[in-house]
Amino acid sequence: MKHILLFAIAAIAHSGGAFADEMEYMPPVTHAATLEECSACHMAYPAGFLPPQSWSVMMDALDDHFGENAGLDEETRAEIEAYLVANAGRDRSKGSTVPLRISDLPWFRHEHEEEVSKRQFEQAKSWANCNACHKQAEQGIFEDD
Amino acid sequence: MKYLLVLPIALLAAPAVAQSTTPAELLAQYSTKAGAEASAERGQALFMADHTGGKPDTPSCTTCHTADPKSAGQARTGKPIEPLAPSANPERFTDLKFVEKWFGRNCNSVLGRDCTAAEKADVIAWLASL
Repeated sequence: MKHILLFAIAAIAHSGGAFADEMEYMPPVTHAATLEECSACHMAYPAGFLPPQSWSVMMDALDDHFGENAGLDEETRAEIEAYLVANAGRDRSKGSTVPLRISDLPWFRHEHEEEVSKRQFEQAKSWANCNACHKQAEQGIFEDD
Repeated sequence: MKYLLVLPIALLAAPAVAQSTTPAELLAQYSTKAGAEASAERGQALFMADHTGGKPDTPSCTTCHTADPKSAGQARTGKPIEPLAPSANPERFTDLKFVEKWFGRNCNSVLGRDCTAAEKADVIAWLASL
């Protein structure tokens, strides 16, 4: 019962469509090259987490990928970009700057900032490390654990 | 017709199986290209040093690989990196394409430039000696 009450309060607090934006399921990457190359350094994030133009900008600047060189041969790079753009999410940027970090998106911050303890974050080391807490992240499941 | 000519040459140049190699073979190849014998000591020094030419978040190989190549490292994303020393991880330095890809990326991240053949030979000589 307590949970139902809490849920109701949370639902009211979040009214305005936030629930629909929580993205607790996002289809995982199925494209072989994308899966292999992206997951060399981090989970292959679902394409639906960023709008098409984000993937285009990112895949065009792999020599400085969040502070590291993640260069690929041109054939692989183009193939991965095409997959990510084709499976990208909705553009929510409303004409502002192109988002590049999923962890900077308003819904991501909203979902994580008060949810993740300092200790949890220290263990995960980075917002990039979804699977540290979301054990089924690679299957596209991002429910609260 | 042109394609018929190209095909046999391509088959000769690239074996059908994934390029497989060994640390010793790579060491020999890079040393030959460098025209000098590799030095494990120089390799260790390069690996351990803090560099300034690259990206600020990755001043050294040890940033992610730690100072002990026989144990696992950790990427800045939190993802574990398997050990670099072949004695601890037999898969290391067995795939030329993979080795070239990661030298290409990481030398540019840490040094801000490609590594020379001599530097690659030195680093492999050190890692293979551990």
